[in-house]
Amino acid sequence: MLAFTEHRGLVLRLPWENIDTDQIIPARYLHRPRDAGYGDQLFHDLRFTPDGKLRVGFPLNDPTKAESSILVAGKNFGCGSSREHAVWALLDYGFRVVIAPDFGDIFFNNSLKNGLLAIRMDEQSIESLMQVESDSTILSVDLPHQSITNRDGITLSFEIDSYRKEALLKGESEVQMTFRLLDEIKEFEARHITGNPWIETS
Amino acid sequence: MGKTLFDKIWESHVITERDDGTALLFIDRHLVHDATAQAFDQLKAEGKKVRRPDLTFGMADHYIATHYDPDRDPVHDNMVTTLAENARDQNIMSFGAGDERQGIVHVAGPELGLTLPGTLLVCGDSHTSTHGALGALAFGIGASEVAHVLATQTLWQKRPRSMHIRIDGELGPYVTAKDLILTIIGTIGANGGAGHVIEYSGKVIDELSIESRLTLCNMSIEAGARAGMIAPDETTFAYLNGKPFAPQGELFERAVSAWRELKSDADAQHDKEVTIEARTIAPTVTWGNSPETALPITGHIPALEEIELNKREQYNATIEYMGLEPGEKLTTLIVDRVFIGSCTNSRLEDLREAAKIAKLGKAKVPTFVVPGSQQVRRQAEQEGLHEIFLQAGFEWREPGCSMCVAMNGDSVPAGARCASTSNRNFAGRQGPGSRTHLMSPAMAAAAAITGHLTDVRELEGTKC
Repeated sequence: MLAFTEHRGLVLRLPWENIDTDQIIPARYLHRPRDAGYGDQLFHDLRFTPDGKLRVGFPLNDPTKAESSILVAGKNFGCGSSREHAVWALLDYGFRVVIAPDFGDIFFNNSLKNGLLAIRMDEQSIESLMQVESDSTILSVDLPHQSITNRDGITLSFEIDSYRKEALLKGESEVQMTFRLLDEIKEFEARHITGNPWIETS
Repeated sequence: MGKTLFDKIWESHVITERDDGTALLFIDRHLVHDATAQAFDQLKAEGKKVRRPDLTFGMADHYIATHYDPDRDPVHDNMVTTLAENARDQNIMSFGAGDERQGIVHVAGPELGLTLPGTLLVCGDSHTSTHGALGALAFGIGASEVAHVLATQTLWQKRPRSMHIRIDGELGPYVTAKDLILTIIGTIGANGGAGHVIEYSGKVIDELSIESRLTLCNMSIEAGARAGMIAPDETTFAYLNGKPFAPQGELFERAVSAWRELKSDADAQHDKEVTIEARTIAPTVTWGNSPETALPITGHIPALEEIELNKREQYNATIEYMGLEPGEKLTTLIVDRVFIGSCTNSRLEDLREAAKIAKLGKAKVPTFVVPGSQQVRRQAEQEGLHEIFLQAGFEWREPGCSMCVAMNGDSVPAGARCASTSNRNFAGRQGPGSRTHLMSPAMAAAAAITGHLTDVRELEGTKC
């Protein structure tokens, strides 16, 4: 996983509600191997017209926003399919932080497991960070201190559970960490299957 | 205080808990489909093997062909083959192309008896919520989580809250589980269940078949919920009895005694309560690009003035994308395509409902019927349903996800309006530029034979 400590970057605002993972990356692009990268397909059908031209009016197509790395989205961002490619596309494009009032649950989990910092923040707080210079907002996101600061010095704190924070800071894989608990897993497993023998099918 | 059904299943799977309350859960069933190739790559990158191949089952569904197409993109077949290769390398039983047990993972899993009450089941697919219909706790996970389950047979999860949706009364004629769940989503919103597991109960649920319960739980994810579930009852036990992977004989009896305990205690508290009166529900369709845009078929496209101020920009974009006129009646919308299938509505019961309507006319537009599994296909053919469809000019295809997610090459052309029994009407979901209206199988069949969205209750020959 990509480690995350601090990040300072340009904000892209996409205040629409219910942006689903099909919008973040359409289903027809999911068969690439991970290392081939998905950044060019991010928001594909929102960014491009069917004949491959940039779609006028889509925020990411604003030349001043092309270098954005912090996405401020509307309610229920990343709802829909469980596709992790949505997170990969955001990361590969260059996004490191997504801030929204709430997220699709699976998307939220996927984000933090890949080093994309997903932050839940109420709409009022989001507005207070944005109101000053809505066209070219720069934010600083500090994971150790769990804070976001704008250029006017307004600072807001955000919540993240301590384990996820540690994992993000270290960029540690969850699989390796869980393997340290293998004895405990095996002990539980034996007891669980004895009590529910129909779980094993053969 | 008593425990909810969710509490009971969750707590019986907790191996350990972190200080922050996140639990390491044991996974009883892991279903993997043909769109999880990257998770196997991740497993290899971690230097691990599948820890419990005997509890892991493969299904080809997202990329599998539903008919012979000489121009089919080989990339799609590669994904089906890759699943088979990964399954062979990791010693996993897998039902791929040519297997008589192949089907959509959420259709074939329950009908094979892989889904059992009280179990914790996961799959790298958001519609895993479907399996909760049998009293399992079942939810979708992402690719990293799939890799984690493959490697460890466990999963770290934050405990969701519980929501209880009680459905009182009785469903009217031609009002199905699909109309029920669309109405629920229209009522609570596409994020109304966020962070929650929904338990459905009430008289309507008690009387629903397992197939209808699967449809209902399937779209819990469209309500934003982590999972949907229904306490197992006699209907559940009867459904499971004799299924190939369900326990048999004496073990089945023992299992049923344990499963009878799987219900919310009378004094259990849910974090959220919603009550829906079934009598008020009409056949329901969606008009926009979120399942929450569900309306009774007797309704009209909302006018701008009916939309909250802060949602008007998105509304205008939706109207344009969907090619709609504000205020127009839903029943005047001309369709170009009809799709009957998907993990929501491709079971035998769904095909029977669609066939009843197909008997009344001829398709005016290209109509695909895609059964959910080889077993459904065989049963439908034994009953002669395919003959009815073919007679009505519908196409009868091989099982798979097909046009629901448009990953296998089956898709709705740009700008075409599709009456669809699937679960998502997102922009581009059924193909770039596709315009999807969600509805029940009977309603989709009615649209096929009239050429426009139709209140199935008004159709000649269905008067009730």
